[in-house]
Amino acid sequence: MEKLKKKIGSISFWKWVIASVIFRLILIYFPQNLNLSSRPEVSTPLTSFRRLAEGYWLKQSSMSPYAGSMYHGSPLLLLLLGPLTVKRIEGQPNHILYSLVSVIADLVSAMLIRATGQNLQLAYLRTLGSLDLVKQIEGSEIHPSGDVAALIYLCNPFTIVACVGLSTSPIENMAVILCLYGACSRLIPLAAFGWVIATHLSLYPAILIIPVIFLLGRGPDAPPWKLFLQRHQQNGMLNQSKLPPGFSWGPIIRFAFWSLVWSVYVLVLCGISLKQFGGLWEMFKSTYGFILTVEDLSPNIGVLWYFFAEVFEFFRSFFLIVFHVNILFMILPLAIRLHHRPCYLAFVYVAIFSMLKSYPSVGDSALYLGLLGWFVNEFSDMQFSLFLFCGYVGVSLLSPVMHNLWIWRGTGNANFYFATAMVYACLQIVLVVEGVSAMLNHERKLRRLITGKTQDSKSGLLSDSSP
Amino acid sequence: MFYLGGFIVGGRLSADSSALCSGSKWHVRLVGRSGGPNVTSRIGSDYPYRSVGLQEMKMLYARQGSESDEKSAMLLKAQADFLESSTSYYAPEWSFPPASGNLRYGTLPREAVCTENITPWLKLLPCQDKAGISTLLDRPSIYRGFYLSQRLHLTLTGSGYEGMDLSIILEKTLTVVLQPNSQRASLVRDSEKHIQPSWSLSSIFGNQVGGKCVLAETSNVYLLLDRDRIFIEESSLLSKNSSVLYKFEVEKYSESEPFDLGLTWKILVVWLCQQAPLHASRFLMGSGNERGAIAISLKSTQTTEGFMGAHSNDERCELRVDVFQVVPWYVKVYFHSLQVFVDQQPKAVSDIIEKIHVSPSKDKVSPGVMELVLKLPCSVSSTALTIEFDKGFLHIDEYPPDANQVFDIPSTIVSFPNFHASMVFLENHSLNKSPLLSKFQEKSHVMSYTEVLLVPLTTPDFSMPYNVITITCTVFALYFGSLLNALRTRVTEEESFLKDKGSIIFIIFIHHPTISEEFWFERKLKGDHNQPPQTKFVMVCCQENWSATSAAVKVVGKDNR
Repeated sequence: MEKLKKKIGSISFWKWVIASVIFRLILIYFPQNLNLSSRPEVSTPLTSFRRLAEGYWLKQSSMSPYAGSMYHGSPLLLLLLGPLTVKRIEGQPNHILYSLVSVIADLVSAMLIRATGQNLQLAYLRTLGSLDLVKQIEGSEIHPSGDVAALIYLCNPFTIVACVGLSTSPIENMAVILCLYGACSRLIPLAAFGWVIATHLSLYPAILIIPVIFLLGRGPDAPPWKLFLQRHQQNGMLNQSKLPPGFSWGPIIRFAFWSLVWSVYVLVLCGISLKQFGGLWEMFKSTYGFILTVEDLSPNIGVLWYFFAEVFEFFRSFFLIVFHVNILFMILPLAIRLHHRPCYLAFVYVAIFSMLKSYPSVGDSALYLGLLGWFVNEFSDMQFSLFLFCGYVGVSLLSPVMHNLWIWRGTGNANFYFATAMVYACLQIVLVVEGVSAMLNHERKLRRLITGKTQDSKSGLLSDSSP
Repeated sequence: MFYLGGFIVGGRLSADSSALCSGSKWHVRLVGRSGGPNVTSRIGSDYPYRSVGLQEMKMLYARQGSESDEKSAMLLKAQADFLESSTSYYAPEWSFPPASGNLRYGTLPREAVCTENITPWLKLLPCQDKAGISTLLDRPSIYRGFYLSQRLHLTLTGSGYEGMDLSIILEKTLTVVLQPNSQRASLVRDSEKHIQPSWSLSSIFGNQVGGKCVLAETSNVYLLLDRDRIFIEESSLLSKNSSVLYKFEVEKYSESEPFDLGLTWKILVVWLCQQAPLHASRFLMGSGNERGAIAISLKSTQTTEGFMGAHSNDERCELRVDVFQVVPWYVKVYFHSLQVFVDQQPKAVSDIIEKIHVSPSKDKVSPGVMELVLKLPCSVSSTALTIEFDKGFLHIDEYPPDANQVFDIPSTIVSFPNFHASMVFLENHSLNKSPLLSKFQEKSHVMSYTEVLLVPLTTPDFSMPYNVITITCTVFALYFGSLLNALRTRVTEEESFLKDKGSIIFIIFIHHPTISEEFWFERKLKGDHNQPPQTKFVMVCCQENWSATSAAVKVVGKDNR
């Protein structure tokens, strides 16, 4: 019976996957009508397809791709994706090869998310088993979180728009997911590769090193020792075999080694491709420097562009530091509180940096919304979930309208568009905060189950002894 | 030297005066030429700081002797100041052939029509507008014209790093297009309404020239007339394209007997200047304030056939066209989107464009420059180049005071190297002495300047900086505070559970009321009416007087069993 159910589930999963891919392909055939590649929600200065094409053109005309302020991506992307920006097939829409690469990247990401989710769920169930909580949990339904996450990622309109809009964020997202997948399934070179590439492409995933270290050191789901101690204290004996493994440094050292290898490799490749155009320093200046100094003030769905367009020039550096430190400040408290759930920690980090990064796009939101699916069981009693869902829908409808009113019709005002960006930021904040609270509540629930059990046994003891 | 180049409808008038101011170490020569609407500074090839630009030149100026500093300061203040900012000048590679690479070129596409703009320019003249030809520059009559362009051309000559032979030649050009007061002319004779109005210097400028400026070496007024149109009866000796030039020496006149010049027409004359083979115009495509495209369209003029006839003997008749386009940095041009249409048919870029030089714009640092060499077939009737761009978004301080007034893109310069604009005069040694005339006779390309483009940019709300700062910071505070709060909170139940059941020793501050009571109370609230747990506390007080170290009680939860 179980098996049949599973089979049905997997069949419908594949149906959805195929449907989402076909939907993408249909959209790809009408790129001119949609004009997604120049939408501010899709293409930021970092992920814009047109800028990539411009960088490739500059490089082809033997100029530095970073000459001028057009291209700010990696030189490796130019090498890999650049030729696809000019290749045309007769009778097919322009950039079809590039779009197919995006679709494949999305598909691979979804499969990796699925595998990681299944991995996570197994680890979670194992933990429950070791805490003798399986029976208590059994009453409530357990969703196959891997499938859910993969489907959320694939069918999310944000992902579809980012994929069809020819931005480079599917590739960046794939690197992040590759890193998490590698760490979850203990493929250390793969994890290191994903981490290095993700950092190289968009800098912010660098902070994912903390969840990756926890993942490698202790596995995807390791409840705190305290719980075990409490649990086994009650049972009277400590079952050593059921205790979670301690923190192991071996994989981390190997991870560090592999990261070093991959970063040297990436830097050497970049150095070779930029040898005649000013070398690595220019690359760092116009990729990381551009990210950190928020030079481009064109509108996007974040809040920083308008802030820096309005703020007084002499406060600029101060606020730059404040906003970037905001990301860094939260790393430590989150790591302390959520260290036993490294994947969840990674999700929160991804959500935070896609919210606070200098040039956010819907592709970044697509990533954390996909990862959210991993924790569908834990989030089942999250507060404000309907409100959040309506908020996301509302903002994604209102924001293009406001943009149109301001930029195209000239009847609106920058403030209207900024207001939707503000609301979007608030929604993401609520999502992160409520998500963290929901996870903490879930932990509490588990703990309560344990205590409830002991309470039961204790009351049983008391009632036994009283007569 | 200062030249006033004037185009007066129905006749062409040029005037020049020259002055040489010498200091102990160096001298300024002021030279001018009528020409396009631009400010050029040309730095000699052996100038040590040639790549650095005008700022360096000014510093070099300051290092030179002191007597003439006043002049130099004025010079650079006048119109060159704006060139100091790197966003407004550029170094064209090969669009201005004699000075490739060493040239700094900058334009101000729009200047307000305001007498304050011409005053500093006039101050550079030795007699300002007090004497000589420049007395003609009566502001109201100049600004009434159709077209006005001021131009500075600075050339650094001499080997002068040590300051010995350094000299800077400044050519100043003022080009105005004026219309003679036709009403007055028509009053004279009603029958001559249809021919071009007659004019005189005094009727156009409202002033007469009373002698030359004392500092000027020469001060001449030239009148150029199209030879074959007017003096057909005399033209048999002269080549067809030559014109008749009249020279009037202003020094022969004085205050009491001022110089005036006028023409009274008897017949209708159509004045023809050297025409470019293609008529260049430029326009914007697209709508909205996010992106757009610049289109440069070249349409063949009717006279082209005549020119083409000369070249058509070659097997492949080709017309070479140089296009020089500058865009400010806030117009972010995608050079890969360049498209060429010849006779409305899209063509491969590599077929038409022989050479391309691009220097992409850097945000807030340098403008984008595009230089193209097009090879067009002679039979071409129209060509169009389109290039896409994104509009940038500026910081509120970077907008001009009236931000919703559109931004200007300097005009494209389209030059035709196969066609020369030089004038041919009769060989006359006395005429060739004049720098103005020798300039006119120099071989130079036919250049056409397109109109200035107006680009509307999106504006942020200028009244909002405080609101934006406070609201954004509030959102950030909300994020930080609420997330930290969510992480920090521990449910009391959890705490009390740990107190109750934990076997780990932990510390409770002493101001807690009786722990068991509190615990009991909580459980009561939750509807748990069991007996309070029979916990026994072992209180370990280190000292009786509650010193800092002993302000805690160690509570050891006791095993119940």
